[in-house]
Amino acid sequence: MSKEIRLKKGLNINLSGVADKIFASIKPTDKSSRYVVKPTDFHSLNPKLAVKVGDKVKAGTVLFFDKSNEKIKFCSPVSGEVLEINRGEKRRILEVVLLADSDISYEKFQTSNVEDLSREQIIDAMLKSGLWPFIRQRPYSIIANPTDIPKSIFISAFNSAPLSIDNDFALYGMDDLFQKGLDYIVKLTDGVTHLNVDANTNSSQLFLNAKGVQINKFMGPHPAGNVGVQIHHIDPINRGDVVWYLEPQDVIAVARLFTDGKYDVSRIVALCGSQVIKPRYYRVISGSCVADLLNDNLKDGENRVISGDVLTGKKISKDGNIGFYDTTITVVEEGNKQEFLGWILPGNHKFSASRTFFSWLQPNKKYIIDSNMHGEERAYVVTGQYEKVFPMDIYPLQLIKATMIEDIELMESLGIYEVAPEDFALCEFVCTSKMEVQKIIREGLDLVRKENS
Amino acid sequence: MKLFKNILDTVKPHFLKGGKLEKMYPAYDAFETFLFVPDHTTHSGSHIRDSIDLKRTMAFVVIAMLPCILFGMWNIGSQYHIGVNSLLPENEQISYSFLDNFMFGFWKFLPLLVVSYAVGLAVEFAFAISRGHSVNEGYLVSGMLIPLIMPIDVPLWMLAISVVFAVVIGKEVFGGTGMNILNPALTARAFLFFAYPKHMSGDKVWVHGAGTDGYSGETILGQLATNTTSWFDLEKWNTSDAFYGFIPGSLGETSFLAILVGAIILLFTGVGSWRIMLYTFVGGYLTALLFNFWGANYLMSTPAHVQLLIGGFAFGAVFMATDPVTATQTNKGKIIYGLLIGFFAIVIRVFNPAYPEGMMLAILLMNVFAPLIDHYVVGSNIKRRLNRVKV
Repeated sequence: MSKEIRLKKGLNINLSGVADKIFASIKPTDKSSRYVVKPTDFHSLNPKLAVKVGDKVKAGTVLFFDKSNEKIKFCSPVSGEVLEINRGEKRRILEVVLLADSDISYEKFQTSNVEDLSREQIIDAMLKSGLWPFIRQRPYSIIANPTDIPKSIFISAFNSAPLSIDNDFALYGMDDLFQKGLDYIVKLTDGVTHLNVDANTNSSQLFLNAKGVQINKFMGPHPAGNVGVQIHHIDPINRGDVVWYLEPQDVIAVARLFTDGKYDVSRIVALCGSQVIKPRYYRVISGSCVADLLNDNLKDGENRVISGDVLTGKKISKDGNIGFYDTTITVVEEGNKQEFLGWILPGNHKFSASRTFFSWLQPNKKYIIDSNMHGEERAYVVTGQYEKVFPMDIYPLQLIKATMIEDIELMESLGIYEVAPEDFALCEFVCTSKMEVQKIIREGLDLVRKENS
Repeated sequence: MKLFKNILDTVKPHFLKGGKLEKMYPAYDAFETFLFVPDHTTHSGSHIRDSIDLKRTMAFVVIAMLPCILFGMWNIGSQYHIGVNSLLPENEQISYSFLDNFMFGFWKFLPLLVVSYAVGLAVEFAFAISRGHSVNEGYLVSGMLIPLIMPIDVPLWMLAISVVFAVVIGKEVFGGTGMNILNPALTARAFLFFAYPKHMSGDKVWVHGAGTDGYSGETILGQLATNTTSWFDLEKWNTSDAFYGFIPGSLGETSFLAILVGAIILLFTGVGSWRIMLYTFVGGYLTALLFNFWGANYLMSTPAHVQLLIGGFAFGAVFMATDPVTATQTNKGKIIYGLLIGFFAIVIRVFNPAYPEGMMLAILLMNVFAPLIDHYVVGSNIKRRLNRVKV
């Protein structure tokens, strides 16, 4: 029953700074022992601390949990000591900082075979070990509610966003672990677990040989790899439906929990972007400091370090830490420079989805794009732009306008449950009026969620 | 470049908060951002942005109009000189050079352009300052369109009034660029048409001096509308004249070829909507074809392809109907919108001999109905989503 879906709409932004398919190692002397877990990585989470400064922790020790559902726990990725707890406005917890031991010791969780576990036991084990936050849900794009029964589960095996990590390379050789993880995941739903692979390239056998799941092929430009687009085309969400999703590396973490009994969130990240001297792949532990990767590896100039891809990631400082869900670190140049008559110059080096810059003469050119807005925010004038990069049967402009005026009924009927901010990232990118589209959609989702709760 | 930067840096403090001219900041901002794309960086969502902005989009619409403008200036001179010569006996006729024609048109066009931009931008700046928002680029296009669709002899004060009316009533009362319901340039023309009909219609206004000097300034549409000659009996002009634009008319509208070049620029760059353009022509052609079968008057019997070449049909389809603010916003809606503009433009032409130029009213009419069309198109999407639940 596998499906093959061709998407015509979308946009590939050909950026320079793709990570070479080589693993670079971090010199042990360079390695920072500062790890951070950020409650802000989990949208709308209201955290309650379980540790205080000075506490000794192991990898897998609970640091904080969700106030609204205390079963959902967030654990330390390393063993060591709680160094600081940084708070922001209204004493909101921003960071739990850990000083890691040189050798990691792990909390011991029970290992068990998949046949011996019921759905509830698997969920329970994942909740206890802190792995549950990897399971996210649509609608709203937040951590899944463990008491829901999702109608299906989605795993996108590939990323189509510019410069983002190549899972075929990152997971190479982990076939057994991946399959093991899947065996547990598929039990979480009564419906189908969908594994969606890239049909633009030859996908890795690791994905194509996966068992117990339905393998669907997606062809076309970005955002073909976005799980939201995939859900829309295979098992669309209606009001009241819940679909869960996770990423391939999260599946590996699940497998490690049940085979080794460890909360092991070591992962592979791609360091990329035009400002990186040697863009490479790295093996790191979730929450580790990006300075490890960036030391002597950045070009001169004012740089913007992004945890995540360039369209949806979060801005972090040069010695900031990798976000919980992120597998890509991107560095681009800050664009805080004025440009003389830039709106009328030919612009051979400028990227645009339109053909108003002469760069259309070089279709295969790789672009360096900085963080400049390239113009000021305006009221909506141009139409038809979003539709070209939005491969869903949803009217993006009308949905955004409905969200702006907070017309919940209209938002629902136009498909707010099917979308997440990341699905609108390209709309935001191409927007002539420079609207903050992802922010609008996020606020809309929050509003609808509040209304429904 | 340094020089501009220095000037801006010296005067900027006066416009900032606490400065003497604090309230005039939008005016300063307009000049600064005109000279320099600002150094604003992304702060939420996508970290990189497409290089396009509204300034560039609007600039490309103006660039697309350039062929029409250049040709139009020559044609204004040419039509005038043809008119003047027509009063002279054959041996006294003077032959005018290309440059004579062009420069004549240039000097006729320039005051119109200056008044249109000066008055329009003054109103825009005034509203921006009083509302404290930045000056939008929309008028760059409207200000250029207005002199292109006005009679060349229109008194400047009338032009100024119609511009004020268009910008204030047509646009600013709704909230400015992006919020208006009617196309501002056409609002200006419609205002003039209904307020001062003597200066906007009839056979005396479309060639310079026709009203005073006594030679004919009649347009093709005007002649056909009198129902005395058919297109086939018109001796003065043929299809290729209409295609190249060697015919009387407003400055921008006569040359189909120049409009075609503009259309190609708009479509290739992705600034204009191909759906609206294509379907306006399709709608106009099919409607004209239908009337060919009826043939009750000479306008009905005019060949369908000629209907698209004469009058303001092509110019309206390419530059007016495609205004994204006043058009439908959905892709399906654009098809319906285009078809109906074409349909109504021809219907108004063939049924209303008093005013054979149907394009302006057709577009304004569909401007009003555009949101309704979108409402039903979006409604069908909502229904589809509801049906999905039932299945």
